[in-house]
Amino acid sequence: MVQTLDYLEQLEAESIYIMREVAAQFEKPALLFSGGKDSITLVQLAKKAFAPGKIPFPLVHIDTGHNFPEALAYRDNLAKELGAELIVRKVEDTIRERKLTEPKGKFASRNWLQTHTLLDTIDEFKFDACIGGARRDEEKARAKERIFSVRDEFGQWEPKLQRPELWNIYNGRIHKGENVRVFPISNWTELDVWNYIKKENISLPSIYFSHEREVIEHDGQLIAVSNFITIDESDVIVKKKVRYRTVGDMTCTAAVASEASTLDDVVNEIIATRISERGETRIDDKVTEAAMEDRKKGGYF
Amino acid sequence: MDILRFITAGSVDDGKSTLIGRLLFDSKSILQDQLEALEKQSKNKNADGIDLALLTDGLRAEREQGITIDVAYRYFSTPKRKFIIADAPGHVQYTRNMITGASNSNLIVILIDARLGVIEQTRRHSIIASLLRIKHVVVAINKMDLADYSEQRFNEIKADYEKVAEQLKLQNVTYVPLSALNGDNIVDKSEKMNWYHGLPLLQFLEEVEVFEDINHTDPRFQVQYVIRPQTKELHDYRGYAGEIISGIYKKGDKIKVLPADIESTITKIEIAGEEVEEAFAPQPVVLQIADDIDISRGDTFVHVDNLPKVEHELDVLLCWMDNKPLQQGNKYFIQHKSRLVKAIVREIEYRVDVNSLERTEVTDNVKLNEVVRAKLKTAAPLVFDSFEKLDGTGSAILIDETSNSTVAAVLLS
Repeated sequence: MVQTLDYLEQLEAESIYIMREVAAQFEKPALLFSGGKDSITLVQLAKKAFAPGKIPFPLVHIDTGHNFPEALAYRDNLAKELGAELIVRKVEDTIRERKLTEPKGKFASRNWLQTHTLLDTIDEFKFDACIGGARRDEEKARAKERIFSVRDEFGQWEPKLQRPELWNIYNGRIHKGENVRVFPISNWTELDVWNYIKKENISLPSIYFSHEREVIEHDGQLIAVSNFITIDESDVIVKKKVRYRTVGDMTCTAAVASEASTLDDVVNEIIATRISERGETRIDDKVTEAAMEDRKKGGYF
Repeated sequence: MDILRFITAGSVDDGKSTLIGRLLFDSKSILQDQLEALEKQSKNKNADGIDLALLTDGLRAEREQGITIDVAYRYFSTPKRKFIIADAPGHVQYTRNMITGASNSNLIVILIDARLGVIEQTRRHSIIASLLRIKHVVVAINKMDLADYSEQRFNEIKADYEKVAEQLKLQNVTYVPLSALNGDNIVDKSEKMNWYHGLPLLQFLEEVEVFEDINHTDPRFQVQYVIRPQTKELHDYRGYAGEIISGIYKKGDKIKVLPADIESTITKIEIAGEEVEEAFAPQPVVLQIADDIDISRGDTFVHVDNLPKVEHELDVLLCWMDNKPLQQGNKYFIQHKSRLVKAIVREIEYRVDVNSLERTEVTDNVKLNEVVRAKLKTAAPLVFDSFEKLDGTGSAILIDETSNSTVAAVLLS
């Protein structure tokens, strides 16, 4: 009887293979960790790839200062549990040191400014590879990006100059100053990630599950009340049962009304949903059709 | 539930984008906000209603020029399977992209416009499918609505393609008459083509068996990374991490480490830190062996009674993928899975025309998208099988050591 892998095991095998290629091909790799479910999945895959050894690279968090406190607590806890090195660099420091202009507006987001801090951090530690949790199903600019994505010293992505990526042979050779962004879960969809979290019984920050929260409703999206957004007279603050489908900054991530309090409930809701993850929860992607393409070219993850 | 990876070959004119859009749409993979964005774009373009082809539209640079630059990956699933589509452009100047997409596919869908029948492009796509040994071919005869849903037309095209398939020794060829635009024979059987007794396309893709495509008879394992925790508890631990490329490995197996040519025994197999008695392709494992041998990344473990080739003079087929031409006598890196060695292109024997398979003499340099038969010599031996026998160990890439670009796909023989 010939054994086979089911689809989650196949995805896992591919991602573990990629993790090991990164550890072997680069001198100073890092795993970019946001506290979100995708980067939590990456950590689980890295754990499995290098067991019984430790993960052979640090977790790096680019802290916008607009994070959910639950995600930060989760991050610190996880690093301690793994015995992994955790490097945190703050966007606030970059703003001060480089005299950057803070964006203004109702939901002023530091999402763009993150890029500055990320590039400075790469430079500070001389990282030659950064592992990220981007998925190709998220957005159309992502759909064309390689698993090993070479960036120049400005962190820029040049879609026309991408290397062909054949079979599972990954060419990580780079010139000095360049670095590679590596996306081990490129071929996973949102539902795959949730199914994997369920199968592996991975713990998540509590905000992924239904909880009561003060929110305002804006353009059909539910935004958490926090010190980071501007609330004016026209806003109505209401208490609602919500959960988060993605965890980014409090300024640019919207909540969804939900009663789902267990992983099973969440997975069932994702299956039933008729709106994409980015469309439902990312306030920053609605601006232009090519928003992501522009940001990636500018060194964004 | 498993995964089917397939590539769609065809051009916009054949309705390739419409077909992919249709598969995504009918499998309910297109969500409400994406549909809204689509409507918005369709309006921007002055098209009527929703244009399914726009679903697969990519970068702004491409939209501006109305072309597809690169391979895009699309995802959808049904209760039976997860599907990964490599959506590659079909014109001859994009042969590179097609080869890239084909290298990771179990199956190819070759689109034919029912009005045009088998054309040069069809032949080219089929040649690429045969070069890369794609194990399943679906000939999707599209735009049947524009050919009066005619059984006779379908049979003519099928007969023409059978000649191509025979010449190229393509296996497992399936023919489906369809209309991507109207959804005929995509999810459900079309009432307009009652003469067709096969499965609609999506159902066929759900049911085609691919697990037998994995080689379970020739054990091949290459070391990716050496795990040495060097902690108090795991002081002397030394595990070889890698993917089982093919075959099955069991605890106690007598193995040979190549190219060093030293025998040993597998003492422990671990998957994600858990010990197992045996493991099979494509599981990611950590192997421990009985003897203390100097082993590093790129070394291969095989069974003592099933040996691959170990050579540094290589006969290869090169698919050239760089704008800089290939020159005989140039040096490159060859990356064979995790093994990286220097190689020199000693001789370019002949060019293979991807439109006809004809061999022609090479009098000048080899340019982008050309396929040639060549002889390479490597600085250290490669441990491999012919691509025909085992694609996992029979494939490699060439890297330009000055630009670091991936410049060729290498099929070993």
